[in-house]
Amino acid sequence: MRHAIRFLLGHEARTIEACDPTLTVLDWLRGSERLIGTKEGCNEGDCGACTVVVVRPEGAPGAERLRYRTVDACITFLGQLDGCQILTVEHLRGADGSLHPVQRLMVEEHGSQCGFCTPGFVMSLFAMTKDLPAATGDVWTSANPIDDALAGNLCRCTGYAPIVRAAERALATPEADAFDAAHDDTLARLLALRDDETVAVSGPKGRFLAPATTGALIELVAEHPGATIVAGATDVALWVTKGLRALDPVIWLGRVRDLAAIAETPQGLHIGAGVTLAAAGAALAKLHPDLGELFRRHGAAQTRNAGTLGGNIANGSPIGDAAPALIALGATLHLASRTGTRDLPLEDFFVAYGRQDRAADEIVTGVTVPPLPAGALLAVYKVSKRFDEDISAVLGAFRLTLDAGRIREARIAYGGMAGTPKRAAQGEAALMGQPLDAASVPAFKAALAQDFSPLSDMRASAAYRLKVAGNLLERLIHEAGPGAPETRLAAIGAPAHA
Amino acid sequence: MLDHTPPAPKPEDRIAGGAHTSRIHDSAARHVGGSAVYIDDAAEPAGLLHVCLGLSERAHARLVSVDLGPVRSTEGVVAVFTAADVPGVNEISSSHRGDEPMLAEDTVSYLGQPIFAVAALTRDAARRAARLAVVVYEDLAPVLTYGQARADGTLVWPPMTLKRGDSDAVLAEAPGIVRGRMAIGGQEHFYLEGQIALAIPGEDDEVTVHTSTQHPSEAQALVAKVLGTVNSAVTAEVRRMGGGFGGKESQSNLFACVAALVAKKTGRAAKIRPDRDDDMVITGKRHDFEVDYLVGHDADGKILAVDMQLAARCGWAADLSGPVTDRALFHADNCYHYPAVHLTSRPYRTNTQSNTAFRGFGGPQGMVAAERVIEEVAYACGLDPLEVRKRNFYGTVSDNVTPYHQTISDNCIRNLVAKLEVDCDYAGRRAALHAANDASPVIKRGIALTPVKFGISFTSTAYNQAGALVHIYNDGSVGLNHGGTEMGQGLYVKVAQVVAEEFQIDADRVRITATTTGKVPNTSATAASSGADLNGMAARAAAQTLKGRLVAFAAEAWSVAPETVLFLPNRARVGNQEIAWGELIHKAYLARIQLSATGFYKTPTIHWDRDAGRGHPFYYFAYGAACVQAALDTLTGEYRIERADILHDCGRSLNPAVDRGQIEGGFIQGLGWLTTEELWWDGAGRLRTHAPSTYKIPACGDRPRIFNVALYENENREETIYRSKAVGEPPLMLGIAGLHALSDAVASVAGHRHCPRLDAPATPERVLDAVDRMRALADHAPSAQP
Repeated sequence: MRHAIRFLLGHEARTIEACDPTLTVLDWLRGSERLIGTKEGCNEGDCGACTVVVVRPEGAPGAERLRYRTVDACITFLGQLDGCQILTVEHLRGADGSLHPVQRLMVEEHGSQCGFCTPGFVMSLFAMTKDLPAATGDVWTSANPIDDALAGNLCRCTGYAPIVRAAERALATPEADAFDAAHDDTLARLLALRDDETVAVSGPKGRFLAPATTGALIELVAEHPGATIVAGATDVALWVTKGLRALDPVIWLGRVRDLAAIAETPQGLHIGAGVTLAAAGAALAKLHPDLGELFRRHGAAQTRNAGTLGGNIANGSPIGDAAPALIALGATLHLASRTGTRDLPLEDFFVAYGRQDRAADEIVTGVTVPPLPAGALLAVYKVSKRFDEDISAVLGAFRLTLDAGRIREARIAYGGMAGTPKRAAQGEAALMGQPLDAASVPAFKAALAQDFSPLSDMRASAAYRLKVAGNLLERLIHEAGPGAPETRLAAIGAPAHA
Repeated sequence: MLDHTPPAPKPEDRIAGGAHTSRIHDSAARHVGGSAVYIDDAAEPAGLLHVCLGLSERAHARLVSVDLGPVRSTEGVVAVFTAADVPGVNEISSSHRGDEPMLAEDTVSYLGQPIFAVAALTRDAARRAARLAVVVYEDLAPVLTYGQARADGTLVWPPMTLKRGDSDAVLAEAPGIVRGRMAIGGQEHFYLEGQIALAIPGEDDEVTVHTSTQHPSEAQALVAKVLGTVNSAVTAEVRRMGGGFGGKESQSNLFACVAALVAKKTGRAAKIRPDRDDDMVITGKRHDFEVDYLVGHDADGKILAVDMQLAARCGWAADLSGPVTDRALFHADNCYHYPAVHLTSRPYRTNTQSNTAFRGFGGPQGMVAAERVIEEVAYACGLDPLEVRKRNFYGTVSDNVTPYHQTISDNCIRNLVAKLEVDCDYAGRRAALHAANDASPVIKRGIALTPVKFGISFTSTAYNQAGALVHIYNDGSVGLNHGGTEMGQGLYVKVAQVVAEEFQIDADRVRITATTTGKVPNTSATAASSGADLNGMAARAAAQTLKGRLVAFAAEAWSVAPETVLFLPNRARVGNQEIAWGELIHKAYLARIQLSATGFYKTPTIHWDRDAGRGHPFYYFAYGAACVQAALDTLTGEYRIERADILHDCGRSLNPAVDRGQIEGGFIQGLGWLTTEELWWDGAGRLRTHAPSTYKIPACGDRPRIFNVALYENENREETIYRSKAVGEPPLMLGIAGLHALSDAVASVAGHRHCPRLDAPATPERVLDAVDRMRALADHAPSAQP
């Protein structure tokens, strides 16, 4: 047991022996450290004004290198910094006080007006120049990675144009900086912080526990039935920042290295519960470009770098984004507890709104995504008010297997249409044995109305959701048919991935 | 013999950062370095209390009882205050209409209205405690929708009418008539820095309030009113805001007043920084409107008469809703001559947030209505909407009188639009896009070119004044202060450029200092795009006073004629010798010359008689135009803005880079307003889009990939500061072209035969509804309107 959190603040080693489990990095930076350059804009991870860069060694043992990942400090708990180097806007200036190249370019291009979002943009630009894949959350559009690196940073003054001009120049003329010079030293210092101890620190408001192995995690969860399990905290942190909930203890699984692994297995691609949305997206993108595009629009770089696929599933959001796609793909969920392990089809995990098939002492350990069957066609469509960093109004995922021009098997799942991500049982049945053409659409749409009674809320009306859910099949038919008419606006350029 | 002719300045013999140069924002290096200090960044005074407001959970109710016991007993809570604790007057209406209690008294009038303020040792404790009050409500019928507002009929302000000619008679005879109703949504400001105030108690009745406000003098006056003291006891100060956009013109007063109340009641410094959700739930936004229009036209697309009623949901209190709805009427003509016109406003009281100033101040809503009218006429006549626009433009020598009887003397819109139309190949691209649409079953593209004419001046004439204070220190450095506030728009740097230009010294030598009521009194809000026009002129006046003293001094000291004293870059020429600026100043100081001066400015020529609907409310107009291309998905209603070409009139720009920033940013903000930014209240009157997770301002990827912005060369005919033009608000309305590009794409579904009547915001859902309406029309009667 280690009773301290250890990390580098800039180049300075820090050891925190006492802290509350839900103290956010933002409050710590601004309050205790008086590093006031990092701003609070929304306190929920949607505006990026608090963007900081978290540097960790990544890669196979012995071949690690530092990766520069943007995260939102407002929804990151201090304990999650264990083992990393955190960089804020104050750390970018040179030893002589000179501006970092990205700061200088922002000045030259008139990239700041009110200046409040600027430190967050500077950090995203900094990460982008150091490590483009990590700065985009590992999926980006080939034609314009800048948009993906900046999707999680809102600016209300500039209309983004001058910031993009600065970004283009920064990418075109990369300059080595002090962080490059210190790379090997920093890497060594961070590797030296690694251990297999369970971390336990506490403050007046409770305990923060961070095991290093799955075994230790299972034991801790069994010992603390009231614990809140946290992976990226991109959702749980809002229970604190907005809901003002007291969470004690918090069990963080970010140190559990075996949960953070992706492996090819005979059953398919196994993605550990601690794999970030960034890494999961990059892996799934190799299966199908629509999955890359889905993950490109899943939150933004900051939340993909922090959030995990396991957390995204385990918290049971009715929208989820990843869940409907994985259900259509026929994914299997893996759970574990002291008493053993359990597998179930992912769709069976979601019992009802806010309720999942998970016992109090169980944890989600991972998900296995089988390969696409021969002859299968996959399409995943996200529909939201804003393209980037928005929660879906409707997410439709289709896996159709055709045989001699007729649909032999259909797995169709939607997010945003019910209290859980859910398959369209009637819709699937309506398509069975039908040709994939416009004639099949009316019956499918009629069946969807039997499958779903969506809500009307601020994202969309029930009528819109139902209409779009049906129209997505029309899009798929256009895409599968001859002529290949233009059908997609979402991405400019093909999805790319790490 | 002395040669009095100044040598022609060599190219390098210019000051750095003078007028008309693209000087970098004065705080840019601090912004990017994280060292620019906003109110929450300043070192906190010892003993600071953190304040949180307890909010109404009902849209309209009588307060039966408010039990604050659980709030008071929360650990860390120091004090709780209600309306009964206000020593002065519990009333903060910025328009002095007496309808805006700071804290609710016996009724609550919207969901989110502050009822009490809790002060605690930590912000966390204050937030937790504020949720623990036990409030018993007796519900009253709320007025939330336009239907309810019309039935209820309560107005927050007397309506205004603008009338010229006999529109009824013309409409009765018009060959073509179109009638319709357009919904135009509101807009959350989403300043990145939320509302905040920090009050530090002084001696006796004195207090200093650091407040993120566009209107320090009003904050000062309202704090004095709430505390029951005089304005001179209160100092309001702001160095910079993290964005304002109108949202900190009056809405910031609540926070300044509450912080001051807590500070004076407890004797401790008090800071209030609401969480983003509370900020969005408490504060007012851009007014949404419902516009009923009736237009008469001829077969050639010429408008003969327009009758419009512009109704707005103003929220629970008047705030600035009168002037806002007035300005909607002032801009319901946009660039078009209506031979006969009748415009009326209906500023309804509703049980929602009190809507307020927002960049454009009602003007954008009026202009959107005007462009709908154009579009209706275009589809009715089977013409390209741009052609209809051009046929109805105001003339330069005739057809140039507005509905408020002001003759437009600076109209350049015809030439400006003609240039943009050619530069962006509107006609060629429109034909190509429409042809391509025929072969594209899912994705349809549209294009539109819309103009902007925006009136510059506060319509409240008294606001058109400004003061400045300029000090020259005896080492030659200059301290500049004026009544304008910096919210990112580059006002400080522009005014510093003016002072540098006047003194002919490098702008680096001009130190810009925080706006404070202690230095320049009785200032107007930094609003109505007026900041540089007013404060630049006031600062110039101060600088000219000082120059006059320096000339007189130098003439006497060096025994030369005053006209031989000239200010050259960083030096003065006195007779036949040159003296460095610093030396001149030091000598002037030793000679006991007063090196501090105030400056004052009031806008000439303007007047306005609201009751008569006549006058000359605007000193001049700013013009611009945008051409936007959009692509939309007819299966989901999703869309992309692919290209924008903008030509905008900044007069003789004071700072082309800053002005370009205002144009790009304003355009995107306007585009957001009309597309993805949707405010959504549930049936109980609860705003459900109260955070960026649910309220979607444009993201980086929403900007057009092709984004061409040019300034239109057009020296201001009026004697504004160096013949520049105001630029804060007008570019927002360039975004209207985006709405019309979408509309054009929607219309393609039915062969451009029907007006899509696409309301705003044009969310994907609204677009898809419009597409389906077009499909239904295309399938049925080919020429009928819905």
